[in-house]
Amino acid sequence: MHVHSQMRRLSIEMNAKTDPQKADPTIHFENVTYGINLSVHHRIVSDIRFSVASGQTLVLLGRSGSGKTTLLKLINRLLVPTKGQVIVRGRPTGEWDPIRLRRSIGYVIQEAGLFPHFTVTQNIALVPNLEKWDAPRISSRVSELLTLVGLDPIEFASRKPHELSGGQRQRVGVARALAADPPILLMDEPFGALDPVTRAELQREFSALARRLGKTIVFVTHDLREALLLASRIILLESGRIVADATPQEFSRIDHPEVRAFTASLSPLAGAHA
Amino acid sequence: MNAWTFFLEHRAEILEATANHLTLVLIAMAFAIVIGVPLGMFIVHRATLRNVALGLASVFQTIPSLALFGFLIPIPFIGGIGRRTAIVALVLYALLPILRNTYVGLTGIDPAVLEAAQAMGMTESQILWRVRLPLARTVILAGIRTATIITIGVATIAAAIGAGGLGTFIFRGVAMVNDAVILAGAIPAALLAIAADILLGLLERRLKIS
Repeated sequence: MHVHSQMRRLSIEMNAKTDPQKADPTIHFENVTYGINLSVHHRIVSDIRFSVASGQTLVLLGRSGSGKTTLLKLINRLLVPTKGQVIVRGRPTGEWDPIRLRRSIGYVIQEAGLFPHFTVTQNIALVPNLEKWDAPRISSRVSELLTLVGLDPIEFASRKPHELSGGQRQRVGVARALAADPPILLMDEPFGALDPVTRAELQREFSALARRLGKTIVFVTHDLREALLLASRIILLESGRIVADATPQEFSRIDHPEVRAFTASLSPLAGAHA
Repeated sequence: MNAWTFFLEHRAEILEATANHLTLVLIAMAFAIVIGVPLGMFIVHRATLRNVALGLASVFQTIPSLALFGFLIPIPFIGGIGRRTAIVALVLYALLPILRNTYVGLTGIDPAVLEAAQAMGMTESQILWRVRLPLARTVILAGIRTATIITIGVATIAAAIGAGGLGTFIFRGVAMVNDAVILAGAIPAALLAIAADILLGLLERRLKIS
């Protein structure tokens, strides 16, 4: 009897590990500092503390060099905190096997970072292949995902990245990140290199997709308009520190010079002065 | 006696020397590739070994070829008179372009691609075999192409230590002050180099991803 209950507990634990839907998709930064060393001048981010709840879309907003991308890389252990810890899915990143951790976190970057020698299908199937899914499951997953991101599987499956437009590449990048159904999605200015029309199109579609998928998303951008459209919460960074943490509705009412600088960038006059 | 009649009269001999020359080059290139490419892969993440390997390969490249053949003769096992010594010297010459291009090709990958590979949970060896190597293959092949052309040229000097090949005619012609005999070695060697360049160039173009 005792053995039986132990086995059951074990199988539940294993389920929690293998089934991403049951895994805890939350992220907590606990007084995280990252820098070349701990002297104040070499810190890239300092004393960062925030949590991302399950299903939330957190936008990290800030100018170039404010530390947004560093925070993102601390989540999937591309970087390890110099001080403090980042807890992802219930465990500090330092204790995770980096390979296991990263395969449970989708990652989309500017220009998509698609493998130029792989077809669209091979790109999307990368993590499922690494996870040794069987061929029929992979191929049905690939067409499902292509349809999800608005690309016709018949037309696009065997193309190479250089045969795609920037917007199409980015769609494939999103499909690739979603392939193994990770509970967490990290996005680093994914729409930054696109022309304004395509960017607006992808932002709208992605916003709807994000709501539908219910993933925990951390999204990096320097574009307040994009942040307001996608975020359930916005964190504003300035020189590696958090200066504002608010919902999109509250954000523009915060009295802080960096917030005012960002809201001013929205006004049509901002362009005229430049 | 003009060059043409010399060619016709000695065509069997020239053909045999060309075949010898080609074998010498092919054997040397096979060794150079088998050593150079894996070594290039091995030094991607090892800075100290990388400096030693690239430095050493550069040093071999700077030794005049005739001197290198001479230096190798007294060395036991790899030295002596004949083909084996010649092949060792040719491998040492061919190593630098192959090693350097392999290293440069493997490390010159778009950082966004490498970051994506790492972030998606590929291990270092998966990144090396499935991302770096396929993307570096044209650069590696360009190194092999350069090395082949160098080796075809340097192999003519191997005749000085009794390794045979087209150099035999060149050395004989120099000794006899006879241009026809020199050309009987020089022209086939030049043609071999041009043919290798064209063939490997075609292969390189086919492997290009765009």
